[in-house]
Amino acid sequence: MTTDTHTEVSHHDHVDDSQIWEGGTSPFKASYGKLMIWYFLISDAFTFSGFLIAYGALRFSTPTWPLPDVVFSTFPGGIHHAPLIFVTVMTFILILSSVTMVRAVQEGKKENRMGVVKWMGFTIIGGLMFLSCQAWEWTNLIAKEHMSISTNPFGTHTTDGVYLNEDGTVAKTADGKDEKFTAGTTYLIHKKDGEWHKRKFKITSGEYKGQVAQESFGPKAFGALFFFITGFHGFHVFSGVVFLTIVMLNALSGLYVSRKNGYEMVEKIGLYWHFVDLVWVFVFLVFYLL
Amino acid sequence: MSTQNIEVREEVDEIIEKNGYDDHFHDHHASDKYKSSFVGKYIFSLDHKMISRQFLITGIVWAIIGAAFSVIFRLQLGFPEADMAWLKPLLGKWIVLNDAGIGSISQDFYYALVTMHGTILIFFVLTAGLSGTYSNFLIPLQVGARDMASPLLNMLSYWFFFLAGLVMLYSLFLSTGPFSGGWTAYPPLSALPQASSGSKGGMNLWIISMTLFIVSQLLGGINYVTTILNLRTKGMSMWKMPLTIWSFLVTAILGILTFPVLFAGVLLLLFDRSMGTSFYLSEIFIQGAALENVGGSPILYQHLFWFLGHPEVYIVILPAMGIVSEIMSVNSRKPIFGYRAMAYSLMAIAFLSLLVWAHHMFTSGMNPFITNFFVLFTLIIAMPSSIKTFNWLTTLFRGNLRLNSAMLYCIGFVSFFISGGLTGIWVGSSTLDIPLHDTYFVVAHFHLVMGVAAFFGMFAGLSYWYPKMFGRYMNETVLKVHFWITLIGAYCIFWPQHYLGLAGVPRRYYRFDSFNSFTGWEGVNEFITISAIVVFFTQLLWVFNFFYSMWRGKKVTERNPWHSNSIEWTTPIIPPHGNWPGKLPKVERWPYDYGKDGKDYITQITPYAEGEEVIAH
Repeated sequence: MTTDTHTEVSHHDHVDDSQIWEGGTSPFKASYGKLMIWYFLISDAFTFSGFLIAYGALRFSTPTWPLPDVVFSTFPGGIHHAPLIFVTVMTFILILSSVTMVRAVQEGKKENRMGVVKWMGFTIIGGLMFLSCQAWEWTNLIAKEHMSISTNPFGTHTTDGVYLNEDGTVAKTADGKDEKFTAGTTYLIHKKDGEWHKRKFKITSGEYKGQVAQESFGPKAFGALFFFITGFHGFHVFSGVVFLTIVMLNALSGLYVSRKNGYEMVEKIGLYWHFVDLVWVFVFLVFYLL
Repeated sequence: MSTQNIEVREEVDEIIEKNGYDDHFHDHHASDKYKSSFVGKYIFSLDHKMISRQFLITGIVWAIIGAAFSVIFRLQLGFPEADMAWLKPLLGKWIVLNDAGIGSISQDFYYALVTMHGTILIFFVLTAGLSGTYSNFLIPLQVGARDMASPLLNMLSYWFFFLAGLVMLYSLFLSTGPFSGGWTAYPPLSALPQASSGSKGGMNLWIISMTLFIVSQLLGGINYVTTILNLRTKGMSMWKMPLTIWSFLVTAILGILTFPVLFAGVLLLLFDRSMGTSFYLSEIFIQGAALENVGGSPILYQHLFWFLGHPEVYIVILPAMGIVSEIMSVNSRKPIFGYRAMAYSLMAIAFLSLLVWAHHMFTSGMNPFITNFFVLFTLIIAMPSSIKTFNWLTTLFRGNLRLNSAMLYCIGFVSFFISGGLTGIWVGSSTLDIPLHDTYFVVAHFHLVMGVAAFFGMFAGLSYWYPKMFGRYMNETVLKVHFWITLIGAYCIFWPQHYLGLAGVPRRYYRFDSFNSFTGWEGVNEFITISAIVVFFTQLLWVFNFFYSMWRGKKVTERNPWHSNSIEWTTPIIPPHGNWPGKLPKVERWPYDYGKDGKDYITQITPYAEGEEVIAH
């Protein structure tokens, strides 16, 4: 195929570029499809970064921000004062679905068709459970606690104080003590019969000590950012479930057996699924932990 | 077509047959389905060459629309007293008649024209039209691939762009008009439908169009990067790629990193507009009434926007730089000066462009301490830019110049890049930028450096690759006439604007006669407008040449008419689907072996001769 001179010269040529890819095989030992999903994920990461930077900018331009321990403290079955328990369950489910996804990819590598289908099935169930949890959390926030994208009933006290009754007397807790609070405490303004009930309180610290004030709404940006960022993430999970289902049905039909590249499609959708999990870690961090 | 495909076997065929790489492409009969029907071949085509021509022709249509808009608003600026009633049949209620029957352009429409001129030219023409055309056409041909990594996504990339254009076009016909708050779409003007006529339905369509456009850019960009990295032919190592490919690679990476941030930005804007959120709005009074929105920040939008917006100007100019480097080397019959320096400076420009976005925001009330960093990084961009400029000049130096139209456009590009680039140092410095911000000085700067310069890159590319695209030549005389009129005309338009800007004349104003400080420029504005009209009609001459030559131009009879080294010229005159009829060529050397060892040119597929020195580039 090649002449002697050519072999000799090209050998010489190869000395320079022995470390550089010379064509024929892929540079990252990855197929073009896998590269493309990686580049897509990079771009998607920048979209989420844009949202999270907007979150940071708006959060740190407001003087107060609701405490997540207070906002996210309900649990299905009428349980209150369970800070972050429900979101812990959600997060655990999502991370577990990443583990089952890894198993599906592993079975794909072994060319085990039913194994792939089984573990992808578990992943889909995990995704659906996460989405159901998110649906419950949103329902609770919207319908019970009346948070919306333009109203945020979770305010935060900036001073110490003590709550007052309607008649101006100091409010008492169930065991007879004064209903006191300290600066930085987050409260929820309740809405009954279509009206907001903003409680009055007497300020007991700082410049306005002794004056009577009324609870005010928390920063509007909290609700809007929460619904849009978790919604955007939830939309990714939803699309992921749809894609996972398609890939699972294709795997079941034996389509990937007849193709030459095996279960690469499972691996690609797996990359997407892990990415969505990773994004949740950041969403979880900024909304629930910080 | 059939006569052209029967060609005499040339030396390159022999080399490809002997050394080439057989990927068994033609065993699959994959190419058959592309020949099947008109729709499959010309409309929903999967072939990168057809998609490239679709991008090109759509871009040309948009360029005519965008340029015509500029002529109309230039008429207003140059001749504010003139009777515009003759435009009434075309523009309808946008021409307002006074009691005496004298027509003038309505103010809302003036702002809509300015906004649409910017949006159309920057996104639809110089991003999709330029990158879309050349990346699609040249990447597979110059790296030696059969097609793009994913022809399907490539086709979708075009059709998302088409849809984006359709939505924008539709917005022109709304009764409230298209968006009119400037191409940057700053809130609160863009976020409040009650703020202006164009901020109503027109703005919603602007956002939808942009979103579709971003999808198109991502599909395209992911494809370009993957194709360049993964589908190069045997022997085509990174350092054997032509500089065009380097520039498309860097451009595509920039697009992948920055367009998603614009997506996040405009999505939040859409929510502010339609759902009552306050991401960008705070404490606004309209006609005495306070709005409910509190807690947002319009500056946040500016940050998100310019994180795309600044790299965007490099997305526009980098492909033109690559095209110019390639054509200049071929037509100087000499290797490009500093090949690796050219590639590294592309990367340096791209990297730095991600760190300088806030230099568009010096007057937004930023902390002056922070502006220092943005000034520093902005001015550092002058370094890779001048490396490139000096390399072009040294490529020309003592070359055997062939002053054909493609080469003239390249020299024009360098001229505009220098004239516009030097004023970039002025506006990049925060102290100077504060008086110059939003004046005609800025308009002159960016039109020269990334507007006209990028257009010249595009013209150069079309003069040069037109034979490969259509199998015919454009008329050379008409191209040269077009070159000279456009070169001189563009300077006539933008040079005087520097003086306007230095005198403080602000951009985007409807008319200046009610301001004492801005009077005295009427003659200059008239001169600019007349130049703009001349340049506009010269462009129509080019468009006529383009379409006329497609059917009537001189036929290409030689496979490698420019005696170029890069491998797109080893394909048949009209490349079939799959580009090479047989094996893929094996690349042996870099693309710039011009004038080596007394040979005029040595193509990339020519093996090294016995005893030939291998130079590390």
